[in-house]
Amino acid sequence: MSLSYTQIGLIAVVFAVICDLFVFRTRMITRPIFWTSYAIIFFFQLITNGMFTGFGIVKYDGEAIIGNTSPESGPPPFIGEGRLAFAPIEDLLFGFALVLLSISLWIFWGRRGVERTPMSGPPVWVRSQNQD
Amino acid sequence: MGQFSYVAVLVFVLVGSMWLEFALRTRVFKRPRRLLLTVLPVTLPFLVWDAYAISQGHWWFDTDRILGVYLPGEIPLDELLFFIVIPIASILTLEAVRSVRGWPAGDEIA
Repeated sequence: MSLSYTQIGLIAVVFAVICDLFVFRTRMITRPIFWTSYAIIFFFQLITNGMFTGFGIVKYDGEAIIGNTSPESGPPPFIGEGRLAFAPIEDLLFGFALVLLSISLWIFWGRRGVERTPMSGPPVWVRSQNQD
Repeated sequence: MGQFSYVAVLVFVLVGSMWLEFALRTRVFKRPRRLLLTVLPVTLPFLVWDAYAISQGHWWFDTDRILGVYLPGEIPLDELLFFIVIPIASILTLEAVRSVRGWPAGDEIA
């Protein structure tokens, strides 16, 4: 059996969510801090993926994605035909899984007491009352 | 110069996220053990996926725009760097949001 990028991408998202909820038990997907972070990362993911695919650094097989095979020369469609910012929309599944797993495992170690501190913040422009 | 195209995108990601460590005092690099324990286990399954996808022809790389150094499974070195840089950038972003908003992430001291 051969799995497509679309199928593996969906499996990866389910796998990451299961890890977050039941394996690491970090429940990041229930927290505003995660979704705010993801929104920022999402924006930059479109830019970086757009560079990878728009400049033809990475190319995709139409058999493995919803969209068509990347053209020999020139960029693929910017939007539509299964693509967003030149990249296959499957990249969003892949990216979500990578980001959620990374953040979930990072918080998992913090919960276990592995270098929980020094905590982040405050920004340099905020004068802090209780500096560590 | 073309062979640095892929790495240049990664430099863009690093520059775009590393300043948070200083400006927002995210202190991610002051917790190197935790960072290593996070990045390494996440990188591994994605490299396996990458090797599978490359072997199946799901995606391929313009050989003029990557470093030309390969890991087992025909994985370009550039891809390994990607799977290190992106998790670090993600964690920097999370800690940056925490720095500014102070929202709980679940690892605070009770």
